[in-house]
Amino acid sequence: MDDLYREVIIEHYKNPSYRGHLDPHDISFADNNPLCGDHIQIDLRVDESGKVTDARFDGHGCAISQASADLLVESVIGKSVEDVKKLNKQDILDMLGIELGPVRLKCALLSLKVLKAGVYGLCEASDELVE
Amino acid sequence: MTLDIARIRQDFPILNREVRPGVKVVYLDSTATSQKPLAVIEAMNDFYHRFNANIHRGVHTLAEEATAMYEQARVKIAKFINARNPHEIIYTRNTTESINLVAYTWARANLKSGDLVILTEMEHHSNLVPWHMLAAERGVQLEFIPVTENGLLDLETYKSLLARTPKLVSFTHMSNVLGTINPAAEIIKLAHDAGAITVVDGAQSVPHLKVDVHALDADFYAFSAHKMCGPTGIGALYGKSALLDAMPPFLGGGDMIKEVKLRSFRPNTVPAKFEAGTPAIAESVGFGAAVDYLTGIGMDKVAAHEHEITEYALERLEEIPGVKVFGPSADKKGGVASFTFDGVHPHDVAQILDRDGIAVRAGHHCAQPLHEKFGIPATTRASFYLYSTKDEVDKLVEGIYKVKKVFG
Ligand SMILES: Cc1ncc(COP(=O)(O)O)c(C=O)c1O
Repeated sequence: MDDLYREVIIEHYKNPSYRGHLDPHDISFADNNPLCGDHIQIDLRVDESGKVTDARFDGHGCAISQASADLLVESVIGKSVEDVKKLNKQDILDMLGIELGPVRLKCALLSLKVLKAGVYGLCEASDELVE
Repeated sequence: MTLDIARIRQDFPILNREVRPGVKVVYLDSTATSQKPLAVIEAMNDFYHRFNANIHRGVHTLAEEATAMYEQARVKIAKFINARNPHEIIYTRNTTESINLVAYTWARANLKSGDLVILTEMEHHSNLVPWHMLAAERGVQLEFIPVTENGLLDLETYKSLLARTPKLVSFTHMSNVLGTINPAAEIIKLAHDAGAITVVDGAQSVPHLKVDVHALDADFYAFSAHKMCGPTGIGALYGKSALLDAMPPFLGGGDMIKEVKLRSFRPNTVPAKFEAGTPAIAESVGFGAAVDYLTGIGMDKVAAHEHEITEYALERLEEIPGVKVFGPSADKKGGVASFTFDGVHPHDVAQILDRDGIAVRAGHHCAQPLHEKFGIPATTRASFYLYSTKDEVDKLVEGIYKVKKVFG
Protein backbone atom coordinates (compact mmCIF):
# COMPACT_ATOMS: atom_id res chain seq x y z
CA MET A 1 0.00 0.00 0.00
CA ASP A 2 2.91 2.36 0.61
CA ASP A 3 4.34 1.69 -2.84
CA LEU A 4 4.46 5.33 -3.79
CA TYR A 5 6.16 6.29 -0.57
CA ARG A 6 8.89 3.67 -0.50
CA GLU A 7 11.51 4.35 2.13
CA VAL A 8 14.07 5.39 -0.45
CA ILE A 9 11.76 8.15 -1.67
CA ILE A 10 11.03 9.46 1.79
CA GLU A 11 14.73 9.29 2.60
CA HIS A 12 15.82 11.25 -0.48
CA TYR A 13 13.04 13.75 0.16
CA LYS A 14 13.92 14.36 3.80
CA ASN A 15 17.70 14.08 3.52
CA PRO A 16 18.74 14.89 -0.02
CA SER A 17 22.46 14.50 -0.76
CA TYR A 18 22.62 16.89 -3.68
CA ARG A 19 20.50 19.84 -2.66
CA GLY A 20 22.25 23.14 -3.27
CA HIS A 21 23.80 25.35 -5.92
CA LEU A 22 27.06 25.34 -7.82
CA ASP A 23 28.86 28.64 -8.18
CA PRO A 24 30.38 28.88 -10.72
CA HIS A 25 28.53 26.47 -12.97
CA ASP A 26 28.51 25.73 -16.67
CA ILE A 27 24.82 24.97 -17.02
CA SER A 28 21.88 26.09 -14.93
CA PHE A 29 18.20 25.74 -15.64
CA ALA A 30 14.99 26.08 -13.64
CA ASP A 31 11.35 25.39 -14.29
CA ASN A 32 8.16 24.72 -12.40
CA ASN A 33 5.09 22.62 -12.76
CA PRO A 34 2.24 25.08 -13.19
CA LEU A 35 -0.31 22.60 -11.89
CA CYS A 36 1.14 22.25 -8.43
CA GLY A 37 3.87 24.85 -8.22
CA ASP A 38 6.72 22.34 -7.84
CA HIS A 39 9.96 24.10 -8.63
CA ILE A 40 13.34 22.63 -9.58
CA GLN A 41 16.63 24.27 -10.44
CA ILE A 42 19.63 22.22 -11.53
CA ASP A 43 23.24 23.45 -11.78
CA LEU A 44 25.91 21.46 -13.61
CA ARG A 45 29.66 21.65 -14.02
CA VAL A 46 30.95 20.13 -17.23
CA ASP A 47 34.65 19.57 -18.08
CA GLU A 48 36.34 19.99 -21.46
CA SER A 49 35.67 16.41 -22.48
CA GLY A 50 31.94 16.99 -21.99
CA LYS A 51 31.67 15.06 -18.75
CA VAL A 52 29.47 16.22 -15.88
CA THR A 53 31.85 16.70 -12.96
CA ASP A 54 29.38 17.99 -10.40
CA ALA A 55 25.67 18.68 -10.08
CA ARG A 56 23.21 20.09 -7.57
CA PHE A 57 19.49 20.75 -7.47
CA ASP A 58 17.32 23.08 -5.46
CA GLY A 59 13.62 23.76 -5.29
CA HIS A 60 10.47 22.81 -3.51
CA GLY A 61 7.64 20.44 -4.10
CA CYS A 62 6.26 17.05 -3.24
CA ALA A 63 8.27 14.06 -2.14
CA ILE A 64 8.15 12.54 -5.61
CA SER A 65 9.51 15.63 -7.37
CA GLN A 66 12.25 16.31 -4.85
CA ALA A 67 13.35 12.70 -4.42
CA SER A 68 13.53 12.15 -8.15
CA ALA A 69 15.62 15.32 -8.51
CA ASP A 70 18.07 14.07 -5.89
CA LEU A 71 18.31 10.63 -7.49
CA LEU A 72 18.67 12.10 -10.96
CA VAL A 73 21.39 14.55 -9.99
CA GLU A 74 23.28 11.79 -8.23
CA SER A 75 23.09 9.63 -11.34
CA VAL A 76 24.39 12.20 -13.80
CA ILE A 77 27.64 13.00 -12.04
CA GLY A 78 30.37 11.33 -14.08
CA LYS A 79 28.15 10.87 -17.12
CA SER A 80 28.86 12.55 -20.44
CA VAL A 81 26.48 15.27 -21.56
CA GLU A 82 25.64 13.10 -24.56
CA ASP A 83 24.49 10.32 -22.23
CA VAL A 84 22.48 12.79 -20.17
CA LYS A 85 20.64 13.78 -23.33
CA LYS A 86 19.58 10.17 -23.78
CA LEU A 87 17.90 9.84 -20.37
CA ASN A 88 14.17 9.30 -20.58
CA LYS A 89 11.02 8.73 -18.59
CA GLN A 90 11.76 5.07 -17.99
CA ASP A 91 15.14 5.87 -16.44
CA ILE A 92 13.41 8.02 -13.84
CA LEU A 93 10.75 5.43 -13.12
CA ASP A 94 13.47 2.79 -12.72
CA MET A 95 15.32 4.99 -10.27
CA LEU A 96 12.19 5.61 -8.23
CA GLY A 97 11.05 2.01 -8.53
CA ILE A 98 7.35 2.92 -8.56
CA GLU A 99 4.44 3.17 -10.93
CA LEU A 100 2.87 6.60 -11.32
CA GLY A 101 -0.42 7.98 -12.59
CA PRO A 102 -0.38 10.82 -15.13
CA VAL A 103 -0.53 13.64 -12.58
CA ARG A 104 2.28 12.40 -10.39
CA LEU A 105 4.33 11.47 -13.43
CA LYS A 106 4.63 15.19 -14.12
CA CYS A 107 6.08 15.64 -10.63
CA ALA A 108 8.55 12.83 -11.17
CA LEU A 109 9.68 14.08 -14.57
CA LEU A 110 10.10 17.76 -13.73
CA SER A 111 13.77 17.38 -12.81
CA LEU A 112 14.57 15.45 -16.00
CA LYS A 113 12.80 18.11 -18.03
CA VAL A 114 14.87 20.82 -16.35
CA LEU A 115 18.09 18.86 -16.78
CA LYS A 116 17.53 18.18 -20.46
CA ALA A 117 16.46 21.74 -21.25
CA GLY A 118 19.72 22.78 -19.55
CA VAL A 119 22.03 20.46 -21.44
CA TYR A 120 20.36 21.23 -24.75
CA GLY A 121 20.71 24.94 -24.01
CA LEU A 122 17.02 25.64 -24.57
CA CYS A 123 15.16 28.77 -23.55
CA GLU A 124 12.12 26.84 -22.44
CA ALA A 125 11.57 23.31 -21.19
CA SER A 126 8.98 21.24 -23.00
CA ASP A 127 7.24 17.98 -22.18
CA GLU A 128 8.62 16.43 -25.36
CA LEU A 129 12.03 16.30 -23.71
CA VAL A 130 10.85 13.57 -21.37
CA GLU A 131 8.62 11.45 -23.57
CA MET B 1 -34.67 22.77 11.87
CA THR B 2 -31.44 21.18 10.79
CA LEU B 3 -30.93 19.17 7.65
CA ASP B 4 -31.49 15.45 7.47
CA ILE B 5 -28.09 14.74 5.99
CA ALA B 6 -28.62 11.02 5.60
CA ARG B 7 -31.56 11.78 3.33
CA ILE B 8 -29.73 14.48 1.43
CA ARG B 9 -26.85 12.10 0.78
CA GLN B 10 -29.26 9.71 -0.90
CA ASP B 11 -29.95 12.43 -3.45
CA PHE B 12 -26.33 12.24 -4.62
CA PRO B 13 -25.66 8.85 -6.22
CA ILE B 14 -21.91 9.42 -6.51
CA LEU B 15 -21.53 9.55 -2.74
CA ASN B 16 -22.07 5.78 -2.72
CA ARG B 17 -19.23 5.25 -5.14
CA GLU B 18 -16.38 3.03 -4.04
CA VAL B 19 -13.12 4.36 -5.41
CA ARG B 20 -11.54 0.99 -4.70
CA PRO B 21 -13.21 -2.19 -3.51
CA GLY B 22 -14.50 -1.47 -0.01
CA VAL B 23 -13.33 2.16 -0.01
CA LYS B 24 -16.14 4.69 -0.29
CA VAL B 25 -15.42 8.14 -1.61
CA VAL B 26 -15.17 10.89 1.00
CA TYR B 27 -15.75 13.88 -1.19
CA LEU B 28 -14.15 16.97 0.32
CA ASP B 29 -13.61 18.91 -2.89
CA SER B 30 -16.90 20.71 -3.44
CA THR B 31 -15.20 24.07 -3.77
CA ALA B 32 -13.67 22.81 -7.01
CA THR B 33 -16.97 21.38 -8.18
CA SER B 34 -19.98 20.12 -6.28
CA GLN B 35 -21.59 16.76 -6.76
CA LYS B 36 -24.92 16.61 -8.57
CA PRO B 37 -28.22 15.41 -7.14
CA LEU B 38 -30.34 12.93 -9.02
CA ALA B 39 -32.89 15.68 -9.71
CA VAL B 40 -30.33 17.53 -11.82
CA ILE B 41 -29.02 14.45 -13.60
CA GLU B 42 -32.56 13.35 -14.41
CA ALA B 43 -33.68 16.78 -15.59
CA MET B 44 -30.91 16.81 -18.17
CA ASN B 45 -31.49 13.21 -19.09
CA ASP B 46 -35.18 13.93 -19.55
CA PHE B 47 -34.39 16.92 -21.72
CA TYR B 48 -32.40 14.76 -24.11
CA HIS B 49 -35.00 11.99 -24.01
CA ARG B 50 -38.01 14.16 -24.73
CA PHE B 51 -37.30 17.77 -25.58
CA ASN B 52 -34.02 18.13 -27.39
CA ALA B 53 -34.04 20.77 -30.14
CA ASN B 54 -32.18 23.95 -30.87
CA ILE B 55 -33.77 27.01 -29.33
CA HIS B 56 -35.12 30.28 -30.73
CA ARG B 57 -35.05 29.52 -34.43
CA GLY B 58 -37.63 26.76 -34.76
CA VAL B 59 -41.41 26.93 -34.82
CA HIS B 60 -41.86 23.20 -34.28
CA THR B 61 -43.07 21.84 -30.97
CA LEU B 62 -39.73 20.56 -29.72
CA ALA B 63 -38.00 23.86 -30.48
CA GLU B 64 -40.72 25.79 -28.72
CA GLU B 65 -40.59 23.57 -25.67
CA ALA B 66 -36.80 23.65 -25.50
CA THR B 67 -36.82 27.45 -25.80
CA ALA B 68 -39.38 27.72 -23.02
CA MET B 69 -37.31 25.47 -20.77
CA TYR B 70 -34.17 27.50 -21.46
CA GLU B 71 -36.02 30.69 -20.51
CA GLN B 72 -37.76 29.16 -17.50
CA ALA B 73 -34.40 28.23 -16.06
CA ARG B 74 -33.32 31.84 -16.47
CA VAL B 75 -36.35 32.95 -14.46
CA LYS B 76 -35.48 30.50 -11.68
CA ILE B 77 -31.87 31.63 -11.57
CA ALA B 78 -32.93 35.28 -11.44
CA LYS B 79 -35.24 34.57 -8.53
CA PHE B 80 -32.59 32.55 -6.73
CA ILE B 81 -30.31 35.59 -6.42
CA ASN B 82 -33.21 38.06 -6.29
CA ALA B 83 -32.52 39.76 -9.59
CA ARG B 84 -35.53 41.92 -10.45
CA ASN B 85 -35.68 40.92 -14.08
CA PRO B 86 -34.74 37.59 -15.74
CA HIS B 87 -33.15 39.60 -18.54
CA GLU B 88 -30.49 40.61 -16.08
CA ILE B 89 -29.21 37.01 -16.18
CA ILE B 90 -26.82 36.27 -19.04
CA TYR B 91 -25.90 32.65 -19.60
CA THR B 92 -22.17 32.07 -19.90
CA ARG B 93 -19.95 29.01 -19.65
CA ASN B 94 -18.85 29.73 -16.09
CA THR B 95 -17.67 32.40 -13.68
CA THR B 96 -14.50 32.86 -15.67
CA GLU B 97 -16.41 33.70 -18.82
CA SER B 98 -18.79 35.96 -16.90
CA ILE B 99 -15.90 38.06 -15.60
CA ASN B 100 -14.25 38.09 -19.02
CA LEU B 101 -17.52 39.25 -20.54
CA VAL B 102 -17.43 42.34 -18.32
CA ALA B 103 -13.74 42.88 -19.05
CA TYR B 104 -14.22 42.60 -22.81
CA THR B 105 -17.39 44.64 -23.12
CA TRP B 106 -18.12 47.05 -20.29
CA ALA B 107 -14.49 47.66 -19.40
CA ARG B 108 -13.22 48.09 -22.95
CA ALA B 109 -16.04 50.53 -23.65
CA ASN B 110 -15.58 52.50 -20.44
CA LEU B 111 -11.96 52.35 -19.28
CA LYS B 112 -9.02 54.18 -20.73
CA SER B 113 -5.35 54.47 -20.02
CA GLY B 114 -4.62 55.52 -16.46
CA ASP B 115 -8.02 54.52 -15.09
CA LEU B 116 -7.87 52.61 -11.83
CA VAL B 117 -9.28 49.13 -11.22
CA ILE B 118 -9.26 47.81 -7.65
CA LEU B 119 -8.97 44.06 -7.03
CA THR B 120 -7.96 42.13 -3.93
CA GLU B 121 -5.04 39.92 -3.01
CA MET B 122 -7.34 36.94 -2.47
CA GLU B 123 -8.69 36.69 -6.01
CA HIS B 124 -8.93 33.55 -8.06
CA HIS B 125 -6.90 33.77 -11.28
CA SER B 126 -10.19 34.27 -13.13
CA ASN B 127 -10.60 37.65 -11.45
CA LEU B 128 -6.97 38.64 -11.98
CA VAL B 129 -5.88 37.62 -15.46
CA PRO B 130 -8.71 39.32 -17.40
CA TRP B 131 -7.66 42.56 -15.71
CA HIS B 132 -3.95 41.91 -16.35
CA MET B 133 -4.86 41.51 -20.00
CA LEU B 134 -6.83 44.72 -19.95
CA ALA B 135 -3.99 46.53 -18.21
CA ALA B 136 -1.53 45.37 -20.84
CA GLU B 137 -3.83 46.42 -23.65
CA ARG B 138 -5.21 49.68 -22.26
CA GLY B 139 -2.75 50.91 -19.69
CA VAL B 140 -5.37 50.55 -16.97
CA GLN B 141 -3.88 50.69 -13.45
CA LEU B 142 -4.45 47.86 -10.99
CA GLU B 143 -4.42 48.16 -7.21
CA PHE B 144 -5.12 45.48 -4.65
CA ILE B 145 -6.92 45.47 -1.33
CA PRO B 146 -4.45 43.68 0.97
CA VAL B 147 -5.29 40.53 2.89
CA THR B 148 -4.49 40.61 6.60
CA GLU B 149 -2.70 37.87 8.51
CA ASN B 150 -6.13 36.52 9.57
CA GLY B 151 -7.28 36.27 6.00
CA LEU B 152 -9.58 39.30 5.98
CA LEU B 153 -9.61 42.22 3.58
CA ASP B 154 -7.95 45.35 4.92
CA LEU B 155 -10.82 47.77 4.49
CA GLU B 156 -8.85 50.76 5.77
CA THR B 157 -6.44 50.44 2.87
CA TYR B 158 -9.43 49.96 0.58
CA LYS B 159 -10.86 53.25 1.75
CA SER B 160 -7.62 55.06 1.02
CA LEU B 161 -7.46 53.48 -2.44
CA LEU B 162 -10.97 54.77 -3.10
CA ALA B 163 -9.70 58.29 -2.71
CA ARG B 164 -7.95 57.73 -6.04
CA THR B 165 -11.40 57.49 -7.72
CA PRO B 166 -11.30 54.02 -9.24
CA LYS B 167 -13.63 53.22 -12.12
CA LEU B 168 -14.13 49.60 -11.14
CA VAL B 169 -13.89 47.43 -8.02
CA SER B 170 -13.88 43.69 -8.66
CA PHE B 171 -13.68 41.27 -5.74
CA THR B 172 -14.64 37.82 -4.58
CA HIS B 173 -17.62 37.45 -2.25
CA MET B 174 -16.08 34.33 -0.75
CA SER B 175 -12.47 33.16 -1.05
CA ASN B 176 -11.98 29.68 -2.45
CA VAL B 177 -8.81 29.26 -0.38
CA LEU B 178 -9.34 31.07 2.91
CA GLY B 179 -13.10 30.66 2.91
CA THR B 180 -13.37 34.32 3.97
CA ILE B 181 -16.83 35.76 3.40
CA ASN B 182 -16.17 39.36 2.47
CA PRO B 183 -18.50 42.19 3.53
CA ALA B 184 -19.82 42.58 -0.01
CA ALA B 185 -22.55 45.11 0.75
CA GLU B 186 -20.10 47.42 2.49
CA ILE B 187 -17.45 47.07 -0.22
CA ILE B 188 -20.05 47.85 -2.90
CA LYS B 189 -21.49 50.80 -1.01
CA LEU B 190 -18.04 52.32 -0.57
CA ALA B 191 -17.26 51.74 -4.25
CA HIS B 192 -20.48 53.41 -5.34
CA ASP B 193 -19.83 56.38 -3.05
CA ALA B 194 -16.51 56.76 -4.86
CA GLY B 195 -18.23 56.55 -8.24
CA ALA B 196 -17.01 53.05 -9.18
CA ILE B 197 -18.84 50.13 -10.76
CA THR B 198 -18.59 46.75 -8.99
CA VAL B 199 -18.05 43.20 -10.19
CA VAL B 200 -18.53 40.42 -7.66
CA ASP B 201 -17.03 36.97 -8.16
CA GLY B 202 -19.81 34.86 -6.70
CA ALA B 203 -18.42 31.45 -7.67
CA GLN B 204 -18.25 30.38 -4.02
CA SER B 205 -20.96 32.52 -2.48
CA VAL B 206 -23.98 31.63 -4.60
CA PRO B 207 -23.59 27.88 -3.90
CA HIS B 208 -23.17 28.32 -0.16
CA LEU B 209 -24.96 31.46 1.04
CA LYS B 210 -28.23 33.23 0.48
CA VAL B 211 -27.25 35.86 -2.07
CA ASP B 212 -29.46 38.84 -2.85
CA VAL B 213 -27.93 40.91 -5.64
CA HIS B 214 -30.62 43.53 -5.23
CA ALA B 215 -29.93 44.09 -1.55
CA LEU B 216 -26.18 44.03 -2.21
CA ASP B 217 -26.68 46.58 -4.99
CA ALA B 218 -24.06 44.73 -7.06
CA ASP B 219 -23.59 45.96 -10.61
CA PHE B 220 -22.28 42.65 -11.94
CA TYR B 221 -22.31 39.28 -10.22
CA ALA B 222 -20.68 36.17 -11.69
CA PHE B 223 -21.22 32.50 -10.80
CA SER B 224 -21.00 28.91 -12.11
CA ALA B 225 -23.67 26.19 -12.11
CA HIS B 226 -21.20 23.37 -11.49
CA LYS B 227 -20.31 24.56 -8.00
CA MET B 228 -23.97 24.68 -6.93
CA CYS B 229 -25.22 21.18 -7.76
CA GLY B 230 -25.61 21.98 -11.45
CA PRO B 231 -23.78 20.79 -14.55
CA THR B 232 -20.46 22.00 -15.96
CA GLY B 233 -20.49 24.13 -19.09
CA ILE B 234 -22.91 26.78 -17.88
CA GLY B 235 -22.72 29.79 -15.61
CA ALA B 236 -24.30 33.18 -15.31
CA LEU B 237 -23.54 36.84 -15.25
CA TYR B 238 -26.00 39.06 -13.45
CA GLY B 239 -25.84 42.67 -14.56
CA LYS B 240 -28.02 45.67 -13.87
CA SER B 241 -30.29 46.27 -16.86
CA ALA B 242 -29.10 49.79 -17.51
CA LEU B 243 -25.48 48.64 -17.68
CA LEU B 244 -26.20 45.61 -19.86
CA ASP B 245 -28.31 47.66 -22.25
CA ALA B 246 -25.53 50.17 -22.78
CA MET B 247 -22.75 47.62 -23.23
CA PRO B 248 -21.44 46.52 -26.62
CA PRO B 249 -21.96 42.84 -27.47
CA PHE B 250 -19.43 40.17 -26.55
CA LEU B 251 -19.08 37.34 -29.09
CA GLY B 252 -20.55 37.83 -32.55
CA GLY B 253 -22.70 35.30 -34.36
CA GLY B 254 -26.16 33.83 -34.43
CA ASP B 255 -28.87 34.86 -31.94
CA MET B 256 -27.03 37.94 -30.75
CA ILE B 257 -28.24 39.99 -33.71
CA LYS B 258 -31.41 41.75 -34.72
CA GLU B 259 -30.41 42.16 -38.31
CA VAL B 260 -27.37 41.33 -40.41
CA LYS B 261 -26.36 42.99 -43.66
CA LEU B 262 -23.41 41.95 -45.71
CA ARG B 263 -21.27 44.68 -44.18
CA SER B 264 -22.97 45.41 -40.87
CA PHE B 265 -25.22 44.13 -38.10
CA ARG B 266 -27.53 45.46 -35.42
CA PRO B 267 -27.21 43.73 -32.06
CA ASN B 268 -30.13 42.04 -30.36
CA THR B 269 -31.53 43.18 -27.04
CA VAL B 270 -30.37 41.83 -23.67
CA PRO B 271 -29.86 38.98 -22.84
CA ALA B 272 -29.65 37.57 -26.39
CA LYS B 273 -27.08 40.24 -27.23
CA PHE B 274 -24.57 38.38 -25.08
CA GLU B 275 -25.52 34.82 -26.01
CA ALA B 276 -24.10 34.23 -29.47
CA GLY B 277 -24.39 30.79 -30.98
CA THR B 278 -26.11 27.65 -29.72
CA PRO B 279 -25.87 27.77 -25.94
CA ALA B 280 -25.68 24.96 -23.37
CA ILE B 281 -29.39 24.13 -23.53
CA ALA B 282 -29.59 20.87 -21.60
CA GLU B 283 -27.23 22.42 -19.08
CA SER B 284 -29.55 25.39 -18.61
CA VAL B 285 -32.28 22.91 -17.71
CA GLY B 286 -29.88 21.26 -15.26
CA PHE B 287 -28.97 24.68 -13.86
CA GLY B 288 -32.66 25.39 -13.27
CA ALA B 289 -33.08 22.01 -11.58
CA ALA B 290 -30.10 22.74 -9.33
CA VAL B 291 -31.64 26.02 -8.28
CA ASP B 292 -34.93 24.23 -7.57
CA TYR B 293 -33.08 21.64 -5.53
CA LEU B 294 -31.24 24.20 -3.39
CA THR B 295 -34.34 26.34 -3.02
CA GLY B 296 -36.29 23.30 -1.86
CA ILE B 297 -33.76 22.71 0.89
CA GLY B 298 -33.29 26.37 1.74
CA MET B 299 -30.02 28.25 1.46
CA ASP B 300 -30.21 29.29 5.11
CA LYS B 301 -30.12 25.64 6.10
CA VAL B 302 -27.34 24.85 3.67
CA ALA B 303 -25.26 27.67 5.14
CA ALA B 304 -26.04 26.66 8.73
CA HIS B 305 -25.08 23.05 8.09
CA GLU B 306 -21.82 24.02 6.43
CA HIS B 307 -21.05 26.34 9.29
CA GLU B 308 -21.47 23.52 11.77
CA ILE B 309 -19.21 21.20 9.76
CA THR B 310 -16.60 23.89 9.23
CA GLU B 311 -16.46 24.78 12.89
CA TYR B 312 -15.98 21.12 13.73
CA ALA B 313 -13.36 20.64 11.02
CA LEU B 314 -11.30 23.65 12.14
CA GLU B 315 -11.40 22.44 15.72
CA ARG B 316 -10.28 18.92 14.78
CA LEU B 317 -7.62 20.01 12.29
CA GLU B 318 -6.06 22.48 14.70
CA GLU B 319 -5.66 19.68 17.24
CA ILE B 320 -3.17 17.95 14.95
CA PRO B 321 0.42 18.97 15.71
CA GLY B 322 2.02 20.52 12.63
CA VAL B 323 -1.24 21.45 10.92
CA LYS B 324 -1.79 25.14 10.19
CA VAL B 325 -5.16 26.21 8.82
CA PHE B 326 -5.28 29.46 6.85
CA GLY B 327 -8.05 32.03 6.92
CA PRO B 328 -10.34 33.52 9.53
CA SER B 329 -12.29 31.78 12.29
CA ALA B 330 -15.37 29.74 11.44
CA ASP B 331 -17.81 32.61 12.03
CA LYS B 332 -16.24 34.62 9.20
CA LYS B 333 -15.86 31.90 6.64
CA GLY B 334 -17.61 29.36 4.48
CA GLY B 335 -16.96 25.63 4.22
CA VAL B 336 -13.29 25.70 3.29
CA ALA B 337 -10.27 24.52 5.27
CA SER B 338 -6.93 25.08 3.53
CA PHE B 339 -3.95 23.92 5.53
CA THR B 340 -0.30 23.05 5.51
CA PHE B 341 1.20 20.13 7.35
CA ASP B 342 4.80 20.48 8.56
CA GLY B 343 7.35 18.95 6.27
CA VAL B 344 4.89 17.28 3.95
CA HIS B 345 3.98 18.73 0.60
CA PRO B 346 0.21 19.08 -0.04
CA HIS B 347 0.53 16.81 -3.05
CA ASP B 348 1.77 14.03 -0.86
CA VAL B 349 -0.92 14.70 1.73
CA ALA B 350 -3.61 14.47 -0.94
CA GLN B 351 -2.10 11.35 -2.44
CA ILE B 352 -1.99 9.50 0.86
CA LEU B 353 -5.53 10.62 1.73
CA ASP B 354 -6.70 9.29 -1.61
CA ARG B 355 -5.86 5.77 -0.51
CA ASP B 356 -8.74 6.02 1.93
CA GLY B 357 -10.98 7.50 -0.72
CA ILE B 358 -10.64 11.01 0.71
CA ALA B 359 -10.83 13.53 -2.10
CA VAL B 360 -9.10 16.83 -1.25
CA ARG B 361 -7.31 19.30 -3.45
CA ALA B 362 -3.63 20.17 -3.32
CA GLY B 363 -1.96 23.13 -4.94
CA HIS B 364 -2.46 26.86 -5.16
CA HIS B 365 -6.14 26.51 -6.09
CA CYS B 366 -5.82 29.11 -8.85
CA ALA B 367 -4.83 31.72 -6.28
CA GLN B 368 -1.07 31.84 -6.63
CA PRO B 369 -0.60 35.46 -5.47
CA LEU B 370 -2.51 34.70 -2.27
CA HIS B 371 -0.25 31.74 -1.52
CA GLU B 372 2.78 33.89 -2.20
CA LYS B 373 1.44 36.43 0.26
CA PHE B 374 1.39 33.75 2.94
CA GLY B 375 4.81 32.54 1.85
CA ILE B 376 3.73 29.04 0.90
CA PRO B 377 3.75 27.39 -2.52
CA ALA B 378 0.66 25.30 -1.93
CA THR B 379 -1.95 24.13 0.54
CA THR B 380 -4.16 21.10 0.98
CA ARG B 381 -7.80 22.11 0.83
CA ALA B 382 -10.76 20.26 2.26
CA SER B 383 -14.11 21.80 1.44
CA PHE B 384 -17.64 21.06 2.52
CA TYR B 385 -21.14 21.25 1.17
CA LEU B 386 -24.66 20.38 2.20
CA TYR B 387 -23.91 16.64 2.02
CA SER B 388 -20.72 16.75 4.14
CA THR B 389 -20.70 15.03 7.52
CA LYS B 390 -18.69 15.15 10.74
CA ASP B 391 -17.86 11.53 10.12
CA GLU B 392 -16.10 12.60 6.92
CA VAL B 393 -14.16 15.22 8.87
CA ASP B 394 -13.09 12.46 11.28
CA LYS B 395 -11.87 10.38 8.36
CA LEU B 396 -9.88 13.34 7.10
CA VAL B 397 -8.24 13.75 10.49
CA GLU B 398 -7.42 10.03 10.73
CA GLY B 399 -5.98 10.27 7.23
CA ILE B 400 -3.68 13.11 8.22
CA TYR B 401 -2.35 11.00 11.08
CA LYS B 402 -1.56 8.31 8.51
CA VAL B 403 0.35 10.87 6.47
CA LYS B 404 2.36 11.63 9.56
CA LYS B 405 3.20 7.96 9.91
CA VAL B 406 4.39 7.59 6.31
CA PHE B 407 6.64 10.62 6.62
CA GLY B 408 7.86 9.63 10.07
C1 LIG C 1 -13.64 32.23 -6.15
C2 LIG C 1 -13.66 31.61 -7.50
N1 LIG C 1 -13.74 32.38 -8.58
C3 LIG C 1 -13.78 31.89 -9.80
C4 LIG C 1 -13.73 30.53 -10.04
C5 LIG C 1 -13.75 30.05 -11.45
O1 LIG C 1 -14.89 29.31 -11.70
P1 LIG C 1 -15.05 28.57 -13.09
O2 LIG C 1 -13.85 27.68 -13.23
O3 LIG C 1 -16.32 27.81 -12.95
O4 LIG C 1 -15.10 29.61 -14.13
C6 LIG C 1 -13.65 29.68 -8.95
C7 LIG C 1 -13.57 28.22 -9.17
O5 LIG C 1 -12.63 27.55 -8.87
C8 LIG C 1 -13.62 30.22 -7.65
O6 LIG C 1 -13.54 29.43 -6.58
